[in-house]
Amino acid sequence: MNLEKVFFAFFIVLSLTLNFGFFIGELDNPNHHNVYELFAALTVSLIATIMKFGDRAHIGAVLLATSLVADLQLIAAVIVWGIFVYATDTGLTPMVMASIVSLSGGALLANIISVVILVTETVMFRR
Amino acid sequence: MHNIIYLSLQRMRAPLIAVVLAYAISILGLVLIPGIDDQGNPWRMDFFHAFYFVSFMGSTIGFGEIPYPFTDAQRLWTTIAMYTTVVAWLYAIGSLFALIQDRAFRNLVDYSGFTRSVRGIKEPFYLVCGLGDAGRLVVRELAVRGIRSVVIEQTENKLHALHLEDLPVYVPGLCADASASSSLIAAGLKSPYCAGTIAITDSDHINLTIAITSKLLSPQLQVICRAETHDSQANMASFGTDYIINPYDTFADRFAMMFQSPSMYLVYEWLTSIREAPLRDFVAPPKGRWVLCGFGRFGKAVQKSLSFEGIRTITIESDISGTQAPEGTIEGRGTEAITLYEADIDNAVGIIAGTDDDANNLSIIITALGLNKNLFTVARQNRSRNDAIFIAADIDLTMQPGTITGRRIVNLITTPLLNDFLRLARQQKEEWANILVSRVVGVLTDRPPESWTLVVGHSQTPAIIEAISKGHPISLGMLCTDPRDLGDHLPCVPLLLKRQYDDFLVPENDSVLQPGDQLLFCGLKGAETHMRWTAYDFNALNFICTGVDRPSGLLWRHLSEHRASE
Repeated sequence: MNLEKVFFAFFIVLSLTLNFGFFIGELDNPNHHNVYELFAALTVSLIATIMKFGDRAHIGAVLLATSLVADLQLIAAVIVWGIFVYATDTGLTPMVMASIVSLSGGALLANIISVVILVTETVMFRR
Repeated sequence: MHNIIYLSLQRMRAPLIAVVLAYAISILGLVLIPGIDDQGNPWRMDFFHAFYFVSFMGSTIGFGEIPYPFTDAQRLWTTIAMYTTVVAWLYAIGSLFALIQDRAFRNLVDYSGFTRSVRGIKEPFYLVCGLGDAGRLVVRELAVRGIRSVVIEQTENKLHALHLEDLPVYVPGLCADASASSSLIAAGLKSPYCAGTIAITDSDHINLTIAITSKLLSPQLQVICRAETHDSQANMASFGTDYIINPYDTFADRFAMMFQSPSMYLVYEWLTSIREAPLRDFVAPPKGRWVLCGFGRFGKAVQKSLSFEGIRTITIESDISGTQAPEGTIEGRGTEAITLYEADIDNAVGIIAGTDDDANNLSIIITALGLNKNLFTVARQNRSRNDAIFIAADIDLTMQPGTITGRRIVNLITTPLLNDFLRLARQQKEEWANILVSRVVGVLTDRPPESWTLVVGHSQTPAIIEAISKGHPISLGMLCTDPRDLGDHLPCVPLLLKRQYDDFLVPENDSVLQPGDQLLFCGLKGAETHMRWTAYDFNALNFICTGVDRPSGLLWRHLSEHRASE
């Protein structure tokens, strides 16, 4: 058992599940989307990205790319949240919520791709 | 470049994760712990404010407790968070600095800088392996002549010394094992601009490896090699190494020439010397019995040459069986008077100190001079850093293997015709050399002559090509005329005219030039500039041919033709 692989798989899958938890619910209803979950998703996603730093294998590089995409989407969602709630007086209107959740939906897709690659790699190399 | 990024990312994994975790925990704690706002209502910090607060707290900027003064519970958590984030930052920054200081990382940075500067060279360059005395001399002389070179050297100190030298062109250096093909490729062995490989490390075996690598990977490249034993010389020659230089043989050959033909020796010495060396008075060594101390590679070569000239030597050697010294060899180092007496130093005419230890060589010379002050002294100087003491010892002839090798290589690269000339000159008689020496002395002042090459062709001599195509034959004498004063001859002597199938040694002034001719001259420094001007500028050449200063502008030419027709 490779401890590095365990940690990485853990963070990738956790990032997917947290992201999914945040994403699920009515798109524009702020009550269905917990800010803590978004925070946790971003943190875990960042850690998953850093764990792939400096991986020279081809699959490692692709995983780094997909998790970087997830990071960017989540950071964009957080910035949208911050701007509309604090920098302007708009507040958490359904429209704002919808754009935040759809951004996290993009991150979810990237996370799914990461997990698919991870599973493929695991299946290919039966070690 | 890629490697540097990968390595730094790899090393920064753990510190960055620590920073992210410290931030996440601190932010989460601040969001979860209840506080009280300025009206006394319970209040909870949101993620935005928590991130803002942790950002300035973690970086120890510290704006204070915002937006409302903290409760005790919040302060307790902030205290913990403060230490966590600051430690995490220190860890991350510390790792980054450690990485930058790291030897492997530094080597990687140097290596990628080196390959980048080698790729940046867009003109012919030479790949010099080994920065000993010879290597330094070659790199310096090439740089002075504007020729680029790239250096591979095993010891870092020598590379540092190279960078401290104030060279007119930048010479990239790599600290690596030159016998590894990867280092040679990194240094541009396969580059289209690489003009040749020069293998002059201290070890024959490494030189051999470099030569064979170079011949296999880039067969068209010129390879110049230093070899100290005849064994490796034959080995290098077997796979087509272009030039093999054995400093001991070269010296022994020259030394023998001093006895056989002093004028020839002078010609060799002048033409192969590197600029600015003062013209020394030549003292021919006496013919008689010589004492030779040390029968290593140097001693063997000298002894062979001397016996060829019919000069008897008595050898002193401390390891008679190991060096296969000849019969009658006296055992000892030669540094003690008793050994020298045994070799009958009183009746000898000269002494050769040829051990591989500079201090011993000097000691031999000084002891011998104490016993017989009329001796002609020859010493082998192994390290160029001992220059000062060898000069102070006032030795008649000093042999430095590094300088001999370096000079030959520089000559081979800068004036390849010189090699042909010296080879042909060697077959001539002493009288021929006497005449040449008196001709050269006739044009010289007090400095040794410079030598230069001129190729009759479009790039170097467009004026001559134009004149020939118009049916005006140009003779060598015209080329040697001073373009400022037609009555004067430039202070130079033509040494060699190389045509496709013929070589003319010291060609006459009435030889007619043909396209493709290669000419070798020697003479005073300024003469080359004037000659190149004549060869390049049609008006200057025309003036020399006709004695008339032709108008160069279209209008003036038209006017003068008009006037002539009237």
